[in-house]
Amino acid sequence: MHEMSIAHEIVQTVEDTLPGRRILTVTLQVGVLAAVVPEALQFGWEVATQRTALAGSRLVVDLQPLPARCLDCGAHHPTLRPPPNTCPDCTGDLMPLAEGRELRLCTVEIEDDGPAGPAVEQEPSSE
Amino acid sequence: MSELVDLNRAVMARNDDLAAALRADLAAAGTVAVNLLSAPGTGKTALTERLLTGLAEREIPAAALTGDLATENDARRLATTGAPVRQITTGGMCHLEAHLVRDHLRDWLPAGTRVLIIENVGNLVCPAGFDLGESLRIVLSSVTEGEDKPVKYPTAYRWADLAVLTKIDLAVPCEFDEDAFRRAVRSVDVDLPILRTSARTGQGVPELLDILQYLPARDPATDTATDVPAGPTDTDTGRG
Repeated sequence: MHEMSIAHEIVQTVEDTLPGRRILTVTLQVGVLAAVVPEALQFGWEVATQRTALAGSRLVVDLQPLPARCLDCGAHHPTLRPPPNTCPDCTGDLMPLAEGRELRLCTVEIEDDGPAGPAVEQEPSSE
Repeated sequence: MSELVDLNRAVMARNDDLAAALRADLAAAGTVAVNLLSAPGTGKTALTERLLTGLAEREIPAAALTGDLATENDARRLATTGAPVRQITTGGMCHLEAHLVRDHLRDWLPAGTRVLIIENVGNLVCPAGFDLGESLRIVLSSVTEGEDKPVKYPTAYRWADLAVLTKIDLAVPCEFDEDAFRRAVRSVDVDLPILRTSARTGQGVPELLDILQYLPARDPATDTATDVPAGPTDTDTGRG
């Protein structure tokens, strides 16, 4: 269950990159072989974002199809499941053609600051 | 109103960058690291004992880091080989990360170490996602665990450079179906070499020692994976 540390890593990266902004949505590209269970990540998300600029935000997990080719008939069949997979044409073994290890923070939807406020003041930290 | 910002950043960048730097530092020092991954009880420690002893006999300086959630038991066991050994106690964390390895090597790894064996926390899920700066990743599975570990943990097998089958001396009493195991490995990674070993009888240990002895440090400039030299009789490099 390392998804919790991945969730913390994402929170830290977003807070470091976009300080002081409220985050609405985070979109993550996840490879089929990224060693990440999307459900576990979603579960960890709520906890990891508590009392951060990402509190209440939505995590969108975009599972990346893994290109794969049949060892027997050579047909190409991208798959959303880790191997082993069988070829739908001839039931041969489908072998991945890519690493499928992507774990990439893509886009972040942030709340607008309002009508073109000139200076973005650092909010004083309320103790 | 909201705004969409394109971050496009690898989530594991911090660990991956640390691992790459560590691999380069180790290569510069003439050290190659080997990362051992398996479920608890596969026999990582027993095989590591054999390897440390064998490397000492070949006069190849070797050391070991061993990761566990708790206890120093494995380090104590491995230290009887005479090799420098250090325990990483993760305090509940289910895997090792590059920064843990780096911190434990600092001020400890003896100069001139040729082979560093890293025994990961017993777990086939989480450790698969973390590069530790190794030049060779070995996934181990024992005959007592059945034939289907590769298809149950495909990520661990896909990311490994070599699969080691342990406790091969127990294959017959366990009615282990080796053909089924080989089919399972090939169904997730058709090119993954398989080495049959027994820490008890020593079978396969010389072949594994050869692999460690002649393992080139991974070139950090190109970061290309190391080709594992196939052992003479006991390895299988795929469908043929």
